[in-house]
Amino acid sequence: MTPNPYLFIIVFVGVALVFPVIPLGLAWLWRRFFQPSKPGMEKNATYECGVESLGDAQIQFRSQYYLYAIIFLIFDVEAIFLVPFAVAFTSLPVGAFIAILIFLLLLLEGLVWAWGKGCLNWAK
Amino acid sequence: MTEQIDEGLRSELQRQGIWVTSMQDLYNWGRKNSIWPLQFGLACCAIEMIATAASRYDIARFGGEVFRPSPRQADLMIVAGTVTKKMAPQIVRLYNQMPDPKYVIAMGACAISGGPFKQGYNVLKGIDRYIPVDVYIPGCPPRPEALLHAFMELQRKIDEQKLRGSDKAEHLRPDQPSEFPVPAFGAHDLEPTANADVFHPMKIEREG
Repeated sequence: MTPNPYLFIIVFVGVALVFPVIPLGLAWLWRRFFQPSKPGMEKNATYECGVESLGDAQIQFRSQYYLYAIIFLIFDVEAIFLVPFAVAFTSLPVGAFIAILIFLLLLLEGLVWAWGKGCLNWAK
Repeated sequence: MTEQIDEGLRSELQRQGIWVTSMQDLYNWGRKNSIWPLQFGLACCAIEMIATAASRYDIARFGGEVFRPSPRQADLMIVAGTVTKKMAPQIVRLYNQMPDPKYVIAMGACAISGGPFKQGYNVLKGIDRYIPVDVYIPGCPPRPEALLHAFMELQRKIDEQKLRGSDKAEHLRPDQPSEFPVPAFGAHDLEPTANADVFHPMKIEREG
């Protein structure tokens, strides 16, 4: 006779309830009879790295951070492609060399464009 | 549990396969063998603390390998290294955020007294000026064995804490504070320079 497959789920639910409830209940009893609760300003603080939190958590970031992230990506992608290019430089055919130069020029053009637009100046 | 179990009766029962203990012993046994330190290194002593946690010295033998990155989950603060005056408020704040019961080991000369930098302008002359220290370890830096010894001393201290009575453990007494005031940055020094409720320096009496 095979047991009902849903029986295991019921057993699991039972264990999942009893397992945390026992220590929580013990902790509650312990607090009730032995250990007095000692809450405090610092103890109940949200932030827990030792430094006092400043200002509000609900702040807006400037959109310029986004532009900087995009420009960073130019150099990031460039580096990823330049390293294998430099490693295999001596054995590369002329076509591959021109292809990577076009790629670099495309990225450089993006940088020049951003520079010309004044994205690299941090507007206060 | 003020009345103690008769030791003779206990061993007699143990021979019969019956293990008798008191709530206090069970509580302290559990606590002393699962001390979770705060993962918090300040200076070179922290390297020795790391060595103690690593496999050669293996603090896990004493149940203290679970270094917690959050003060909410830690029982023990090992002040491992030079406490600069810039860092002292953060340490006190971290100590305040630890749940009771909590313990402090001052590791090394700097944490005890400022050590070789005692005369410096920026070093706190001992963390015991602001928070109560349970075990002091001398040394510069103390070897991992010394930290293990301090750990065992702390275990001994925890084992002796009472659950009831007038001399019961501090965290069980409602009148004992759990938080201590955080010093502020003053014009020349931390203000106050020491917490008088915590800091009880020895009086030096010189002859003549």
